[in-house]
Amino acid sequence: MAFAAFSHGGGGSKKTAAPASKGSGKVALLLLLPGLLYLAVFFIAPLFSLIATSLQTMDISSGFPIYNYGFQVSNYVDVVSQYGPQIFRSFFYALLATISALVISYPLAYFIGVKARRWPLLQGLMLTLVIAPFFISFLLRTFAWKQIFSNESWIVTSLQQIGLLSPDQYLVGTPFMVIFGLTYNFIPFMTLPLYTTLERLDIRYLEAGADLYASPRKTFMKVTLPLSMPGIVSGTLLTFIPIAGDYVNASGLFLGSTETSMLGNVVESKFLKSYEYPTASALSVILMGAILLLVTLYVRKSGTDDLL
Amino acid sequence: MKNFSLGKYALPVYAVLAFTYLLIPIAYTFVFSFNDYRRSNIAWRGFTLDNWASVCEAQGVCEAFGTSVTIGVISTLIATVLGTMIAIALVRYRFKFRSAVSLLLFLPMATPELVLGAGLAAQFFNVGAEMGFGTIVIAHVMFCLSFVVVTVKARVASLDPALEEAGRDLYASPAQVFWKITFPLLLPGIMAAALLAFALSFDDFIITYFNSGPTETFPKYVYTAAAKGLPGEANVIGMSVFFLAIAIVVTVQVRSSRKAKRLAKIK
Repeated sequence: MAFAAFSHGGGGSKKTAAPASKGSGKVALLLLLPGLLYLAVFFIAPLFSLIATSLQTMDISSGFPIYNYGFQVSNYVDVVSQYGPQIFRSFFYALLATISALVISYPLAYFIGVKARRWPLLQGLMLTLVIAPFFISFLLRTFAWKQIFSNESWIVTSLQQIGLLSPDQYLVGTPFMVIFGLTYNFIPFMTLPLYTTLERLDIRYLEAGADLYASPRKTFMKVTLPLSMPGIVSGTLLTFIPIAGDYVNASGLFLGSTETSMLGNVVESKFLKSYEYPTASALSVILMGAILLLVTLYVRKSGTDDLL
Repeated sequence: MKNFSLGKYALPVYAVLAFTYLLIPIAYTFVFSFNDYRRSNIAWRGFTLDNWASVCEAQGVCEAFGTSVTIGVISTLIATVLGTMIAIALVRYRFKFRSAVSLLLFLPMATPELVLGAGLAAQFFNVGAEMGFGTIVIAHVMFCLSFVVVTVKARVASLDPALEEAGRDLYASPAQVFWKITFPLLLPGIMAAALLAFALSFDDFIITYFNSGPTETFPKYVYTAAAKGLPGEANVIGMSVFFLAIAIVVTVQVRSSRKAKRLAKIK
């Protein structure tokens, strides 16, 4: 699954008793080359294409905009000053949704991985339930939440009746709803890596903590939490990255409105509706740069260097 | 005493609540697949089996579904072949630039889909490629490849090289060793990778939307239909895929637990 990429020790590269037959270098090259060339052409080259496009200059002398290759660094300045709120929202919503997903997932992952250890079949069943949302289309499940919290729904009308919402207040279109949707959609990405680390947690450490008169809270803070750090690191990365680039939840067609639009929404409309390629590309490059910086810092700080 | 019982029951109760929360949109989609809807499938108007009986009635929904399946199958085939080759090379051979190769494989998974989609679209735009079925397949193979490598790699690493050595000792040619020993042993890992790749491709919207041109996939259909109201038939397709996926996962789980029991008996 996806989280395997971020969890440690999956590769087992140390026990490779490589049969050093003649010409094995050539075989390795033949095996690697097609896939790596594919990534070079359709992953690496597009990233450079994106950077090149983000620096293009616009020429409107002929009436409609024509873009030429250039080195227009001011595109970035324009983009940041114009779409500052959307850029900020992307990272702010991603942060809040990641924290919510962690808070919701941790007890659940602990229950499946530690408490339910004696019943493997139940564990399997519960894991299936955790990933069940993935089996229904991402857009369908987001749309379902939109309908459930729609302005005419009993949830909204009863919230209005008990006064939690004023009569002209609704949920769809608010930042709350967008963060709610983002949290929901990416919870499995958080629960699964947490589960994999908690499942391997040696219960004897916890018993040792209790034997040494540590309170349950202290045992959790000093033993369980530090031991589950690898899961927390991969889980938060796996949720934060896709959330920061999402444009479905915040879209006016789904849970958001123009007041909740995120970086992805701007990129989508600039790229596919108004054809302002340099603007859209510059925003994408900013997102990519920020994510790369964040991943590097985060991994350094939390000491999970064997992530790569 | 009060604390004790709280600790005992709090987590199970919490888990039940959490699972309910996770399943609510699925239950909603299921219930509304039976709604006798008129223009838009929002208010409940009564129970009907019509949506299930004639799924293709709603315009374009079956075509979009068919396109998504075709794209999924083609992308999965290509990504699985390329990814399996890389996985074998990574585990079995030593070569220079190993860490560079790992980084190249890791990066697509750490890149937001938005960047992958916009980057590829910028590339296609700059070379003047026409967007459509072909560009979607290219995009899907690209983002599925690394996931295939990671999944198959774990299986290759758990494979005992002695088995292949035995084959060679018995004068099997390299091709025979691969097709008679390595490939059958890797098959469960390859199958798992292929299923994952298909699931990723089938459900992808973010990257697809940037590179699809006029081609309509199922997620794209839902996105466009969301504006004017989603037909109940879309719920039917979503739920059918859901049940199929659950059936596959449960079968795999039951099988592997049976296998584990049998192995335990032998030991």
